[in-house]
Amino acid sequence: MFIQQLINGLTLGGVYALIALGYTMVYGILELINFAHGEIYMLGAYLGIIFLAFFTTVGLTAYSLPLAMILTFVLSVIFCSAYGFTIEKIAYKPLRNAPRLSPLISAIGVSIFLQNYVMLTQGATDKIFPNLFEKAGIEFIGARVTYTQIFIIAASAVLMLSLNLFITKTRMGKAMRAVAQDKVMASLVGINIDTVISATFIIGSALAAVAGLMVAIYYGLVNYSIGYIAGIKAFTAAVLGGIGSIPGAMFGGVLLGLVESFSAAYISSEYKDAYAFIILIIILFIKPSGLFGKSQEEKV
Amino acid sequence: MLELNDIHTFYGPIEALKGITLKVNQGEIVCLIGNNGAGKSTTLMTISGILKPKAGTISFIGSDISDMPPHSIVEMGISHVPEGRRIFPRLTVKENLEMGAYSVSRRLKTTPPIPPLARGGVGGVKSQFDKVYEMFPVLKEREKQMGGTLSGGEQQMLAISRALMSEPKLLLLDEPSLGLAPIIVSRIFKAIREINKEGVTILLVEQNAHAALNLSGRGYVLENGRIKMHGQGKDLLNSEEVKKAYLGE
Repeated sequence: MFIQQLINGLTLGGVYALIALGYTMVYGILELINFAHGEIYMLGAYLGIIFLAFFTTVGLTAYSLPLAMILTFVLSVIFCSAYGFTIEKIAYKPLRNAPRLSPLISAIGVSIFLQNYVMLTQGATDKIFPNLFEKAGIEFIGARVTYTQIFIIAASAVLMLSLNLFITKTRMGKAMRAVAQDKVMASLVGINIDTVISATFIIGSALAAVAGLMVAIYYGLVNYSIGYIAGIKAFTAAVLGGIGSIPGAMFGGVLLGLVESFSAAYISSEYKDAYAFIILIIILFIKPSGLFGKSQEEKV
Repeated sequence: MLELNDIHTFYGPIEALKGITLKVNQGEIVCLIGNNGAGKSTTLMTISGILKPKAGTISFIGSDISDMPPHSIVEMGISHVPEGRRIFPRLTVKENLEMGAYSVSRRLKTTPPIPPLARGGVGGVKSQFDKVYEMFPVLKEREKQMGGTLSGGEQQMLAISRALMSEPKLLLLDEPSLGLAPIIVSRIFKAIREINKEGVTILLVEQNAHAALNLSGRGYVLENGRIKMHGQGKDLLNSEEVKKAYLGE
Protein backbone atom coordinates (compact mmCIF):
# COMPACT_ATOMS: atom_id res chain seq x y z
CA MET A 1 0.00 0.00 0.00
CA PHE A 2 2.80 2.39 0.90
CA ILE A 3 4.66 1.82 -2.36
CA GLN A 4 1.43 2.05 -4.29
CA GLN A 5 0.61 5.42 -2.78
CA LEU A 6 4.15 6.59 -3.32
CA ILE A 7 3.87 5.85 -7.04
CA ASN A 8 0.43 7.46 -7.26
CA GLY A 9 1.70 10.49 -5.39
CA LEU A 10 4.75 10.90 -7.60
CA THR A 11 2.57 10.68 -10.70
CA LEU A 12 0.25 13.35 -9.44
CA GLY A 13 3.14 15.39 -8.06
CA GLY A 14 4.98 15.40 -11.38
CA VAL A 15 1.92 16.87 -13.04
CA TYR A 16 1.44 19.51 -10.35
CA ALA A 17 5.10 20.43 -10.58
CA LEU A 18 4.95 20.92 -14.36
CA ILE A 19 1.99 23.28 -14.01
CA ALA A 20 3.45 25.02 -10.97
CA LEU A 21 6.59 25.88 -12.97
CA GLY A 22 4.51 28.03 -15.31
CA TYR A 23 3.06 29.99 -12.39
CA THR A 24 6.38 30.48 -10.70
CA MET A 25 8.31 31.49 -13.83
CA VAL A 26 5.76 34.12 -14.81
CA TYR A 27 5.58 35.38 -11.24
CA GLY A 28 9.36 35.51 -11.03
CA ILE A 29 9.52 37.78 -14.04
CA LEU A 30 6.33 39.85 -13.98
CA GLU A 31 5.15 39.46 -10.37
CA LEU A 32 1.87 38.46 -11.94
CA ILE A 33 -0.21 35.48 -10.89
CA ASN A 34 -1.28 34.16 -14.25
CA PHE A 35 -4.71 32.82 -13.38
CA ALA A 36 -5.21 31.74 -16.99
CA HIS A 37 -2.39 29.22 -16.67
CA GLY A 38 -4.67 26.38 -15.49
CA GLU A 39 -6.70 26.92 -18.65
CA ILE A 40 -3.62 26.28 -20.80
CA TYR A 41 -3.34 22.93 -19.08
CA MET A 42 -7.00 22.24 -19.87
CA LEU A 43 -6.46 23.28 -23.49
CA GLY A 44 -3.53 20.87 -23.69
CA ALA A 45 -5.82 18.01 -22.71
CA TYR A 46 -8.53 19.03 -25.19
CA LEU A 47 -6.10 19.59 -28.02
CA GLY A 48 -4.70 16.14 -27.32
CA ILE A 49 -8.13 14.58 -27.77
CA ILE A 50 -8.74 16.57 -30.93
CA PHE A 51 -5.42 15.73 -32.56
CA LEU A 52 -5.59 12.08 -31.57
CA ALA A 53 -9.10 11.81 -33.00
CA PHE A 54 -7.82 13.36 -36.19
CA PHE A 55 -4.92 10.91 -36.41
CA THR A 56 -7.29 8.02 -35.74
CA THR A 57 -9.57 9.19 -38.56
CA VAL A 58 -6.75 9.38 -41.05
CA GLY A 59 -5.50 5.96 -39.94
CA LEU A 60 -2.20 7.02 -38.43
CA THR A 61 -3.04 5.61 -34.99
CA ALA A 62 -3.65 2.17 -36.46
CA TYR A 63 -0.47 2.45 -38.50
CA SER A 64 1.79 3.49 -35.64
CA LEU A 65 0.47 4.40 -32.20
CA PRO A 66 3.79 5.81 -30.90
CA LEU A 67 4.12 8.10 -33.91
CA ALA A 68 0.55 9.32 -33.48
CA MET A 69 1.17 10.00 -29.79
CA ILE A 70 4.40 11.87 -30.44
CA LEU A 71 2.72 14.05 -33.04
CA THR A 72 -0.20 14.65 -30.67
CA PHE A 73 2.18 15.81 -27.96
CA VAL A 74 4.17 18.01 -30.31
CA LEU A 75 1.10 19.67 -31.81
CA SER A 76 -0.56 20.24 -28.42
CA VAL A 77 2.61 21.82 -27.12
CA ILE A 78 2.90 24.09 -30.15
CA PHE A 79 -0.73 25.19 -29.98
CA CYS A 80 -0.64 25.79 -26.22
CA SER A 81 2.58 27.76 -26.52
CA ALA A 82 0.89 29.89 -29.15
CA TYR A 83 -2.04 30.42 -26.78
CA GLY A 84 0.31 31.41 -23.96
CA PHE A 85 2.26 33.77 -26.21
CA THR A 86 -0.92 35.40 -27.52
CA ILE A 87 -2.53 35.75 -24.09
CA GLU A 88 0.50 37.65 -22.84
CA LYS A 89 0.49 39.97 -25.86
CA ILE A 90 -3.24 40.69 -25.69
CA ALA A 91 -4.07 40.59 -22.00
CA TYR A 92 -0.91 41.44 -20.06
CA LYS A 93 1.51 43.42 -22.20
CA PRO A 94 -0.77 46.46 -22.60
CA LEU A 95 -1.07 46.54 -18.79
CA ARG A 96 2.66 46.25 -18.09
CA ASN A 97 2.79 49.70 -16.46
CA ALA A 98 -0.69 49.63 -14.96
CA PRO A 99 -1.30 49.13 -11.21
CA ARG A 100 -0.65 45.58 -10.03
CA LEU A 101 -4.34 44.70 -9.74
CA SER A 102 -5.17 45.36 -13.41
CA PRO A 103 -3.25 42.48 -15.01
CA LEU A 104 -4.54 40.22 -12.25
CA ILE A 105 -8.13 41.04 -13.19
CA SER A 106 -7.21 40.64 -16.83
CA ALA A 107 -5.83 37.17 -16.03
CA ILE A 108 -9.07 36.14 -14.33
CA GLY A 109 -10.94 37.45 -17.38
CA VAL A 110 -8.83 35.34 -19.74
CA SER A 111 -9.42 32.31 -17.54
CA ILE A 112 -13.21 32.74 -17.61
CA PHE A 113 -13.12 33.40 -21.34
CA LEU A 114 -11.13 30.28 -22.14
CA GLN A 115 -13.33 28.04 -19.98
CA ASN A 116 -16.46 29.27 -21.68
CA TYR A 117 -14.88 29.18 -25.10
CA VAL A 118 -14.05 25.50 -24.65
CA MET A 119 -17.43 24.77 -23.09
CA LEU A 120 -19.26 26.32 -26.05
CA THR A 121 -17.13 24.71 -28.74
CA GLN A 122 -16.56 21.31 -27.10
CA GLY A 123 -19.65 20.91 -24.96
CA ALA A 124 -20.19 20.96 -21.21
CA THR A 125 -20.07 17.20 -20.72
CA ASP A 126 -16.99 15.11 -20.03
CA LYS A 127 -14.94 14.10 -23.03
CA ILE A 128 -13.42 10.66 -23.02
CA PHE A 129 -9.80 10.23 -23.91
CA PRO A 130 -9.47 7.01 -25.92
CA ASN A 131 -8.15 4.23 -23.70
CA LEU A 132 -5.20 3.26 -25.84
CA PHE A 133 -2.92 1.75 -23.30
CA GLU A 134 -5.40 -0.45 -21.43
CA LYS A 135 -4.29 -0.74 -17.86
CA ALA A 136 -1.12 -2.56 -18.67
CA GLY A 137 1.69 -2.26 -16.20
CA ILE A 138 4.14 -4.08 -14.03
CA GLU A 139 4.15 -5.48 -10.51
CA PHE A 140 6.66 -3.65 -8.39
CA ILE A 141 7.27 -4.81 -4.79
CA GLY A 142 3.61 -5.48 -4.25
CA ALA A 143 2.41 -2.35 -6.02
CA ARG A 144 0.85 -2.13 -9.43
CA VAL A 145 2.45 0.48 -11.63
CA THR A 146 0.88 1.21 -14.99
CA TYR A 147 2.98 2.16 -17.98
CA THR A 148 1.15 5.45 -18.06
CA GLN A 149 2.37 6.20 -14.53
CA ILE A 150 5.93 5.28 -15.42
CA PHE A 151 5.68 7.51 -18.45
CA ILE A 152 4.30 10.46 -16.46
CA ILE A 153 6.94 10.20 -13.73
CA ALA A 154 9.77 9.81 -16.25
CA ALA A 155 8.55 12.58 -18.54
CA SER A 156 8.08 15.01 -15.64
CA ALA A 157 11.55 14.27 -14.33
CA VAL A 158 13.17 14.69 -17.75
CA LEU A 159 11.32 17.94 -18.42
CA MET A 160 12.26 19.38 -15.03
CA LEU A 161 15.91 18.46 -15.46
CA SER A 162 15.95 19.98 -18.93
CA LEU A 163 14.33 23.16 -17.66
CA ASN A 164 16.92 23.37 -14.93
CA LEU A 165 19.73 23.01 -17.46
CA PHE A 166 18.11 25.60 -19.68
CA ILE A 167 17.80 28.13 -16.84
CA THR A 168 21.31 27.64 -15.48
CA LYS A 169 23.35 27.08 -18.64
CA THR A 170 21.87 28.78 -21.68
CA ARG A 171 22.11 32.41 -22.68
CA MET A 172 18.32 32.84 -22.70
CA GLY A 173 18.01 31.06 -19.34
CA LYS A 174 20.54 33.39 -17.74
CA ALA A 175 18.78 36.36 -19.32
CA MET A 176 15.53 35.15 -17.71
CA ARG A 177 17.17 35.10 -14.30
CA ALA A 178 18.64 38.54 -14.91
CA VAL A 179 15.24 39.95 -15.91
CA ALA A 180 13.66 38.37 -12.82
CA GLN A 181 16.24 40.08 -10.61
CA ASP A 182 16.34 43.56 -12.14
CA LYS A 183 14.37 44.48 -15.25
CA VAL A 184 15.87 47.94 -15.73
CA MET A 185 19.43 46.66 -15.43
CA ALA A 186 18.62 43.76 -17.74
CA SER A 187 17.56 46.15 -20.46
CA LEU A 188 20.66 48.28 -19.81
CA VAL A 189 22.89 45.32 -20.67
CA GLY A 190 20.99 44.85 -23.90
CA ILE A 191 18.42 42.19 -23.05
CA ASN A 192 15.15 42.59 -24.91
CA ILE A 193 12.65 42.30 -22.05
CA ASP A 194 9.70 41.54 -24.34
CA THR A 195 11.49 38.58 -25.90
CA VAL A 196 12.34 37.15 -22.49
CA ILE A 197 8.76 37.55 -21.27
CA SER A 198 7.41 35.86 -24.40
CA ALA A 199 9.87 33.00 -23.97
CA THR A 200 8.72 32.59 -20.37
CA PHE A 201 5.08 32.29 -21.39
CA ILE A 202 5.94 29.89 -24.21
CA ILE A 203 7.95 27.58 -21.96
CA GLY A 204 5.40 27.68 -19.14
CA SER A 205 2.57 26.91 -21.56
CA ALA A 206 4.48 24.07 -23.18
CA LEU A 207 4.99 22.43 -19.78
CA ALA A 208 1.31 22.90 -18.91
CA ALA A 209 0.29 21.37 -22.25
CA VAL A 210 2.34 18.25 -21.55
CA ALA A 211 0.83 18.05 -18.06
CA GLY A 212 -2.71 18.38 -19.44
CA LEU A 213 -2.21 15.73 -22.05
CA MET A 214 -0.65 13.31 -19.57
CA VAL A 215 -3.52 13.74 -17.13
CA ALA A 216 -6.00 13.17 -19.95
CA ILE A 217 -4.28 9.88 -20.70
CA TYR A 218 -4.06 8.99 -17.00
CA TYR A 219 -7.67 9.66 -16.00
CA GLY A 220 -9.24 9.16 -19.43
CA LEU A 221 -11.70 11.99 -18.81
CA VAL A 222 -11.51 15.67 -19.68
CA ASN A 223 -13.84 18.50 -18.82
CA TYR A 224 -13.75 22.22 -19.59
CA SER A 225 -13.38 23.01 -15.88
CA ILE A 226 -10.38 20.79 -15.06
CA GLY A 227 -8.03 23.74 -15.40
CA TYR A 228 -9.60 25.46 -12.43
CA ILE A 229 -8.87 22.99 -9.65
CA ALA A 230 -5.57 21.85 -11.17
CA GLY A 231 -4.56 25.47 -11.52
CA ILE A 232 -5.37 26.24 -7.87
CA LYS A 233 -3.48 23.15 -6.71
CA ALA A 234 -0.44 23.93 -8.84
CA PHE A 235 -0.52 27.51 -7.65
CA THR A 236 -0.59 26.16 -4.10
CA ALA A 237 2.41 24.03 -4.96
CA ALA A 238 4.24 27.07 -6.28
CA VAL A 239 3.48 29.10 -3.15
CA LEU A 240 4.44 26.15 -0.98
CA GLY A 241 7.84 25.98 -2.61
CA GLY A 242 8.25 29.75 -2.59
CA ILE A 243 6.70 31.55 -5.54
CA GLY A 244 9.30 32.71 -8.06
CA SER A 245 11.62 29.82 -7.19
CA ILE A 246 11.97 27.14 -9.84
CA PRO A 247 13.32 24.36 -7.58
CA GLY A 248 10.59 25.44 -5.15
CA ALA A 249 7.85 24.78 -7.70
CA MET A 250 9.30 21.37 -8.54
CA PHE A 251 9.59 20.38 -4.90
CA GLY A 252 6.24 21.91 -3.96
CA GLY A 253 4.47 20.03 -6.77
CA VAL A 254 5.89 16.66 -5.84
CA LEU A 255 5.26 17.28 -2.13
CA LEU A 256 1.66 18.20 -2.82
CA GLY A 257 1.11 15.08 -4.93
CA LEU A 258 2.52 12.86 -2.19
CA VAL A 259 0.51 14.55 0.55
CA GLU A 260 -2.71 14.14 -1.40
CA SER A 261 -2.08 10.57 -2.26
CA PHE A 262 -1.00 9.48 1.23
CA SER A 263 -3.65 11.37 3.11
CA ALA A 264 -6.36 10.05 0.80
CA ALA A 265 -5.17 6.51 1.49
CA TYR A 266 -4.39 6.71 5.21
CA ILE A 267 -6.77 9.36 6.51
CA SER A 268 -9.79 9.79 4.32
CA SER A 269 -10.35 10.37 0.63
CA GLU A 270 -13.45 12.46 1.34
CA TYR A 271 -11.35 15.56 1.91
CA LYS A 272 -8.79 14.75 -0.76
CA ASP A 273 -8.71 18.28 -2.12
CA ALA A 274 -8.51 19.93 1.29
CA TYR A 275 -5.17 18.46 2.38
CA ALA A 276 -3.27 20.53 -0.11
CA PHE A 277 -4.53 23.70 1.47
CA ILE A 278 -4.01 22.46 5.03
CA ILE A 279 -0.35 21.87 4.20
CA LEU A 280 -0.16 25.28 2.56
CA ILE A 281 -1.50 27.01 5.67
CA ILE A 282 0.90 25.13 7.95
CA ILE A 283 3.94 25.94 5.82
CA LEU A 284 3.04 29.57 5.40
CA PHE A 285 2.68 29.84 9.17
CA ILE A 286 6.18 28.51 9.66
CA LYS A 287 7.90 30.11 6.64
CA PRO A 288 5.80 32.82 4.96
CA SER A 289 8.05 33.04 1.90
CA GLY A 290 7.62 29.32 1.13
CA LEU A 291 10.11 26.50 1.44
CA PHE A 292 12.60 27.78 -1.14
CA GLY A 293 11.44 31.39 -1.14
CA LYS A 294 13.74 34.29 -0.51
CA SER A 295 12.66 36.56 2.26
CA GLN A 296 12.36 40.17 1.10
CA GLU A 297 15.89 41.01 0.21
CA GLU A 298 17.57 44.07 1.58
CA LYS A 299 18.35 46.90 -0.79
CA VAL A 300 21.95 48.01 -0.64
CA MET B 1 29.57 61.74 -30.94
CA LEU B 2 26.60 62.23 -28.62
CA GLU B 3 24.34 65.22 -28.87
CA LEU B 4 21.34 66.05 -26.72
CA ASN B 5 19.22 68.77 -28.13
CA ASP B 6 16.65 70.51 -25.89
CA ILE B 7 15.64 67.33 -24.03
CA HIS B 8 12.54 67.41 -21.83
CA THR B 9 11.88 64.35 -19.67
CA PHE B 10 8.97 63.82 -17.28
CA TYR B 11 8.29 61.59 -14.31
CA GLY B 12 4.51 61.50 -14.57
CA PRO B 13 3.48 65.16 -14.32
CA ILE B 14 6.85 66.33 -13.00
CA GLU B 15 9.25 67.78 -15.51
CA ALA B 16 12.67 66.51 -14.45
CA LEU B 17 14.65 67.76 -17.43
CA LYS B 18 13.66 71.18 -18.72
CA GLY B 19 15.57 71.42 -21.95
CA ILE B 20 19.00 69.85 -21.68
CA THR B 21 21.42 70.52 -24.51
CA LEU B 22 24.82 68.96 -24.30
CA LYS B 23 27.47 67.43 -26.45
CA VAL B 24 30.11 64.76 -25.94
CA ASN B 25 32.94 64.45 -28.46
CA GLN B 26 34.77 61.30 -29.39
CA GLY B 27 37.48 60.42 -26.87
CA GLU B 28 36.44 62.92 -24.19
CA ILE B 29 35.66 62.53 -20.53
CA VAL B 30 32.75 64.83 -19.78
CA CYS B 31 31.24 65.17 -16.34
CA LEU B 32 27.84 66.26 -15.12
CA ILE B 33 27.82 67.76 -11.66
CA GLY B 34 25.00 69.20 -9.60
CA ASN B 35 22.99 68.68 -6.45
CA ASN B 36 20.62 65.83 -5.69
CA GLY B 37 17.56 66.07 -7.89
CA ALA B 38 19.26 68.32 -10.43
CA GLY B 39 18.57 65.75 -13.15
CA LYS B 40 21.95 64.09 -13.60
CA SER B 41 20.76 60.48 -13.37
CA THR B 42 17.64 61.34 -15.32
CA THR B 43 19.83 62.64 -18.13
CA LEU B 44 21.73 59.33 -18.27
CA MET B 45 18.52 57.28 -18.05
CA THR B 46 17.12 59.29 -20.96
CA ILE B 47 20.23 58.71 -23.06
CA SER B 48 20.13 54.95 -22.47
CA GLY B 49 16.44 54.80 -23.35
CA ILE B 50 14.98 53.75 -19.98
CA LEU B 51 13.16 57.09 -19.87
CA LYS B 52 11.70 58.55 -23.05
CA PRO B 53 12.01 62.28 -23.65
CA LYS B 54 8.73 64.13 -24.26
CA ALA B 55 10.53 66.56 -26.53
CA GLY B 56 13.96 67.02 -28.01
CA THR B 57 16.33 64.73 -29.85
CA ILE B 58 19.30 62.58 -28.91
CA SER B 59 21.69 61.66 -31.66
CA PHE B 60 24.58 59.24 -31.41
CA ILE B 61 27.17 58.99 -34.19
CA GLY B 62 24.72 60.53 -36.57
CA SER B 63 21.61 58.43 -35.79
CA ASP B 64 18.61 59.56 -33.81
CA ILE B 65 18.32 57.26 -30.80
CA SER B 66 15.55 59.09 -28.89
CA ASP B 67 12.90 56.54 -29.90
CA MET B 68 15.02 53.41 -29.64
CA PRO B 69 14.42 50.76 -26.96
CA PRO B 70 17.27 50.39 -24.43
CA HIS B 71 18.52 47.08 -25.84
CA SER B 72 19.02 48.62 -29.29
CA ILE B 73 20.86 51.58 -27.78
CA VAL B 74 23.27 49.14 -26.13
CA GLU B 75 23.83 47.54 -29.51
CA MET B 76 24.62 50.97 -30.95
CA GLY B 77 27.55 51.13 -28.51
CA ILE B 78 26.32 52.96 -25.40
CA SER B 79 26.81 51.22 -22.07
CA HIS B 80 25.35 52.51 -18.81
CA VAL B 81 26.60 51.83 -15.28
CA PRO B 82 23.60 52.99 -13.25
CA GLU B 83 23.55 54.54 -9.82
CA GLY B 84 23.76 51.96 -7.07
CA ARG B 85 25.62 49.57 -9.42
CA ARG B 86 22.65 47.19 -9.77
CA ILE B 87 24.62 43.97 -9.82
CA PHE B 88 22.40 40.92 -10.46
CA PRO B 89 22.65 39.60 -6.89
CA ARG B 90 21.78 35.99 -7.63
CA LEU B 91 23.96 35.57 -10.70
CA THR B 92 27.61 34.71 -10.26
CA VAL B 93 30.29 37.28 -11.07
CA LYS B 94 30.99 35.44 -14.30
CA GLU B 95 27.31 35.33 -15.23
CA ASN B 96 27.00 39.04 -14.51
CA LEU B 97 29.80 39.62 -17.00
CA GLU B 98 28.21 37.28 -19.52
CA MET B 99 25.04 39.33 -19.28
CA GLY B 100 27.12 42.40 -19.99
CA ALA B 101 28.17 40.74 -23.23
CA TYR B 102 24.58 39.83 -24.09
CA SER B 103 24.30 42.23 -27.01
CA VAL B 104 27.72 41.19 -28.35
CA SER B 105 26.95 37.49 -28.31
CA ARG B 106 23.85 38.27 -30.32
CA ARG B 107 25.78 40.44 -32.77
CA LEU B 108 28.29 37.65 -33.20
CA LYS B 109 25.52 35.15 -33.80
CA THR B 110 23.33 37.11 -36.18
CA THR B 111 25.89 39.07 -38.18
CA PRO B 112 28.97 36.90 -38.58
CA PRO B 113 31.08 39.11 -40.86
CA ILE B 114 32.61 41.24 -38.10
CA PRO B 115 36.37 41.45 -38.51
CA PRO B 116 37.98 40.10 -35.33
CA LEU B 117 40.33 43.07 -35.12
CA ALA B 118 37.46 45.51 -34.85
CA ARG B 119 36.18 43.44 -31.96
CA GLY B 120 39.37 43.93 -30.01
CA GLY B 121 41.13 40.75 -31.02
CA VAL B 122 40.28 37.21 -31.93
CA GLY B 123 37.68 35.57 -29.74
CA GLY B 124 35.50 38.65 -29.13
CA VAL B 125 33.76 38.02 -25.83
CA LYS B 126 36.53 35.86 -24.48
CA SER B 127 39.22 38.47 -24.91
CA GLN B 128 36.95 41.02 -23.29
CA PHE B 129 36.80 38.72 -20.24
CA ASP B 130 40.59 38.73 -20.12
CA LYS B 131 40.67 42.51 -20.39
CA VAL B 132 38.37 43.17 -17.46
CA TYR B 133 40.01 40.47 -15.35
CA GLU B 134 43.32 42.14 -16.03
CA MET B 135 41.95 45.49 -14.96
CA PHE B 136 40.29 44.07 -11.81
CA PRO B 137 41.99 40.77 -10.88
CA VAL B 138 39.77 40.42 -7.80
CA LEU B 139 36.85 39.66 -10.11
CA LYS B 140 38.67 36.66 -11.50
CA GLU B 141 39.16 35.36 -7.95
CA ARG B 142 35.48 35.84 -7.21
CA GLU B 143 34.30 34.47 -10.57
CA LYS B 144 32.01 31.81 -9.08
CA GLN B 145 30.67 33.90 -6.22
CA MET B 146 27.17 35.38 -6.31
CA GLY B 147 27.18 39.05 -7.26
CA GLY B 148 25.24 39.96 -4.13
CA THR B 149 28.02 38.70 -1.85
CA LEU B 150 30.65 41.16 -3.13
CA SER B 151 31.70 44.24 -1.18
CA GLY B 152 30.65 47.68 -2.39
CA GLY B 153 33.97 48.36 -4.10
CA GLU B 154 34.02 44.98 -5.79
CA GLN B 155 30.44 45.51 -6.94
CA GLN B 156 31.44 48.82 -8.50
CA MET B 157 34.34 47.12 -10.28
CA LEU B 158 31.97 44.42 -11.48
CA ALA B 159 29.43 47.00 -12.64
CA ILE B 160 32.04 48.84 -14.69
CA SER B 161 33.43 45.58 -16.09
CA ARG B 162 29.96 44.36 -16.97
CA ALA B 163 29.37 47.56 -18.93
CA LEU B 164 32.67 47.11 -20.76
CA MET B 165 31.76 43.59 -21.88
CA SER B 166 29.65 44.99 -24.71
CA GLU B 167 32.69 46.91 -25.97
CA PRO B 168 30.96 50.27 -25.86
CA LYS B 169 32.00 53.38 -27.70
CA LEU B 170 30.44 55.54 -25.01
CA LEU B 171 30.32 54.68 -21.32
CA LEU B 172 27.79 56.36 -19.04
CA LEU B 173 28.91 56.26 -15.40
CA ASP B 174 26.51 57.24 -12.64
CA GLU B 175 28.13 58.04 -9.27
CA PRO B 176 30.89 55.43 -9.42
CA SER B 177 32.39 56.70 -6.14
CA LEU B 178 29.19 56.61 -4.11
CA GLY B 179 29.63 55.03 -0.69
CA LEU B 180 33.15 53.77 -1.32
CA ALA B 181 36.31 54.17 0.77
CA PRO B 182 38.74 56.83 -0.56
CA ILE B 183 41.34 54.23 -1.51
CA ILE B 184 38.78 52.36 -3.63
CA VAL B 185 37.57 55.60 -5.15
CA SER B 186 41.05 56.36 -6.44
CA ARG B 187 41.25 52.82 -7.87
CA ILE B 188 38.00 53.38 -9.69
CA PHE B 189 39.02 56.80 -11.00
CA LYS B 190 42.31 55.37 -12.20
CA ALA B 191 40.42 52.65 -14.04
CA ILE B 192 38.14 55.24 -15.63
CA ARG B 193 41.17 57.09 -16.93
CA GLU B 194 42.60 53.84 -18.34
CA ILE B 195 39.34 52.93 -20.02
CA ASN B 196 39.27 56.36 -21.61
CA LYS B 197 42.85 55.97 -22.82
CA GLU B 198 41.81 52.81 -24.63
CA GLY B 199 39.45 54.89 -26.70
CA VAL B 200 36.15 54.74 -24.81
CA THR B 201 34.38 58.08 -24.52
CA ILE B 202 33.01 58.72 -21.03
CA LEU B 203 30.09 60.68 -19.67
CA LEU B 204 30.43 60.79 -15.90
CA VAL B 205 27.92 61.84 -13.26
CA GLU B 206 29.47 62.62 -9.88
CA GLN B 207 28.67 64.01 -6.46
CA ASN B 208 32.40 64.23 -5.87
CA ALA B 209 32.69 67.35 -8.03
CA HIS B 210 36.32 67.97 -7.26
CA ALA B 211 37.57 64.56 -8.37
CA ALA B 212 35.24 64.55 -11.36
CA LEU B 213 36.33 67.95 -12.65
CA ASN B 214 39.96 67.01 -12.21
CA LEU B 215 39.44 63.93 -14.31
CA SER B 216 37.33 65.51 -17.02
CA GLY B 217 38.15 67.58 -20.01
CA ARG B 218 34.84 69.37 -19.87
CA GLY B 219 31.99 69.64 -17.43
CA TYR B 220 28.36 70.68 -17.26
CA VAL B 221 26.68 71.98 -14.12
CA LEU B 222 23.04 70.99 -13.76
CA GLU B 223 20.50 72.76 -11.60
CA ASN B 224 16.79 72.01 -11.45
CA GLY B 225 16.74 70.16 -14.75
CA ARG B 226 18.63 72.87 -16.64
CA ILE B 227 22.24 73.34 -17.64
CA LYS B 228 23.47 76.19 -15.52
CA MET B 229 26.96 76.48 -16.90
CA HIS B 230 29.51 74.49 -18.82
CA GLY B 231 33.15 74.74 -19.69
CA GLN B 232 36.59 73.19 -19.31
CA GLY B 233 37.03 71.08 -16.18
CA LYS B 234 39.89 73.29 -14.96
CA ASP B 235 37.90 76.49 -15.49
CA LEU B 236 34.91 75.13 -13.60
CA LEU B 237 37.18 74.09 -10.75
CA ASN B 238 38.36 77.67 -10.44
CA SER B 239 34.97 79.29 -10.92
CA GLU B 240 33.78 81.06 -7.79
CA GLU B 241 30.20 79.92 -8.27
CA VAL B 242 31.11 76.25 -8.62
CA LYS B 243 33.51 76.49 -5.69
CA LYS B 244 30.82 77.89 -3.42
CA ALA B 245 27.98 75.59 -4.45
CA TYR B 246 29.64 72.26 -5.19
CA LEU B 247 33.16 72.20 -3.84
CA GLY B 248 32.33 73.52 -0.39
CA GLU B 249 35.10 76.09 -0.41
